[in-house]
Amino acid sequence: MTTEIILAGFGGQGILFTGKILAYCGLMAGKELSWLPSYGPEMRGGTANCSVCISDDPIGSPLVANPDILIAMNGPSFNKFIDAVKPGGLVLADSSIVDEDCKRDDITYIAMPATNIASENDMNGSANMILMGRMLVESDLFDMDTVRKAMEKCIPPKRANLIDVNMKAVEIGASSK
Amino acid sequence: MKGNEALAEAAIRCGCKCFFGYPITPQTELSAYMAKRMEKSGGVFLQAESEIAAINMVLGAASTGVRAMTSSSSPGVSLKAEGISYMAGSDLPAVIINVQRGGPGLGSIQPAQSDYFQATKAMGHGDFHIMVYAPCSVQEMVDTVTLAFDKADQYRTPVMILADGLLGQMMEPVTFPEPKTDLPDKSDWAACGHENKREHHIINSLFLDAPLLEAKVLERFERYKAIEENETDAEVYMCDGAELVITAYGASARVAKSAVTKARNEGIKVGLFRPKTLWPFPVNELKEATKDAKNILDVEMSMGQMIYDVKLATECKIPTTFFGRTGGVIPTPAEVYDEIKKITGGAK
Repeated sequence: MTTEIILAGFGGQGILFTGKILAYCGLMAGKELSWLPSYGPEMRGGTANCSVCISDDPIGSPLVANPDILIAMNGPSFNKFIDAVKPGGLVLADSSIVDEDCKRDDITYIAMPATNIASENDMNGSANMILMGRMLVESDLFDMDTVRKAMEKCIPPKRANLIDVNMKAVEIGASSK
Repeated sequence: MKGNEALAEAAIRCGCKCFFGYPITPQTELSAYMAKRMEKSGGVFLQAESEIAAINMVLGAASTGVRAMTSSSSPGVSLKAEGISYMAGSDLPAVIINVQRGGPGLGSIQPAQSDYFQATKAMGHGDFHIMVYAPCSVQEMVDTVTLAFDKADQYRTPVMILADGLLGQMMEPVTFPEPKTDLPDKSDWAACGHENKREHHIINSLFLDAPLLEAKVLERFERYKAIEENETDAEVYMCDGAELVITAYGASARVAKSAVTKARNEGIKVGLFRPKTLWPFPVNELKEATKDAKNILDVEMSMGQMIYDVKLATECKIPTTFFGRTGGVIPTPAEVYDEIKKITGGAK
């Protein structure tokens, strides 16, 4: 069983970091995993995306063409990847930013105003974690203990205060269902 | 850990004491990691003024017997070509990493495999080869660095690791070997100080006397023969009874492997042959893996370069077709799967 994930949005929204947390979750859960970022000029204020694969078996191509799960944090990313999502897949969009409507009826589509939720909770910049929290509940991919372990591994000790901040955002997302 | 960083950490652990580089996407994390860690591990990191300067610094460092390395990406590696030829001509061991991107010219910065010809056939002027390894995962990059330094010392030759932007940028779990302490003694040839107690050693690639140069080259080719006999390596995946064998290396082999697994699950008799050494090319291994094959499909992120070695190895006895994407475009497993179906006609 392999879960292929694409995370996409603006550079600066924490797209690559979110992917890294998911990859470390895979590591903590004893799964095979890969993380592949988009790189190049498009990252300077433009769109950023990354492919994450979590699997029970060794991973072939780390580049995800047809994701099981898509998190889209801006309009261009939504438009770029929405048609590539596998039938039966899960799509989460930050509806504070993404204006587009989802025209597909063969996927689970969740539009949540993650950026607005983040500011309401005085957590600007945590929309990525809120979306990830909701995604984890919808997909049953990893539990909260695993996410915390991943963050402890991923966030350097001198910035350990960010672990609780991020976990709080993940839990807000998770409990929004 | 990112592939680029893993290459750097592995090099430090196997005793690389000198790194000279010049930044270029998609390889830069390697230099950045070296800048951060090399000094702490008692070595030298230097960002040179150009790729040409960097490779010549490697030449100098290798002459003294220390383990030295440089890394770059396609256009930068072209600039290093002269220095690599000089190192081959001076019998100097060193490791050169090419995290390939699209070409020719400045090309793109996205992953490609279009430097196969350069690496395996023409890495500079003159009669010489360098060993070329082609890892396909972050873990294998680590293992290959260790191997590359050992083989460079053993055969006194530059060794290249031919990676690509995908392998350099991706993150995978990885374990590292313990730091190496028992490095080979090179005092019988290196310019490491003689304190007037012995004849000085000469490191040189200039021989004005033609018969002398010929003798040097012949001696070197004896070593190449030993390399060809002993150092070929390949991964053979599901080739037993395969009617179609896909040949691919590095990142494109990973893509192909996904397609092969899918096709096998549907009962299509297809396998994957992945050279881990590109020079020497694993000729006998490929012959063995294709003994039941009716067709070969060569998959690369180029317009088709390794395919010539595949045809040579199989003596053109098996019809060989090609599928590739180039310029920095990565083929998808679905595209390779479609090619498999086209050739085999699907499951029988």
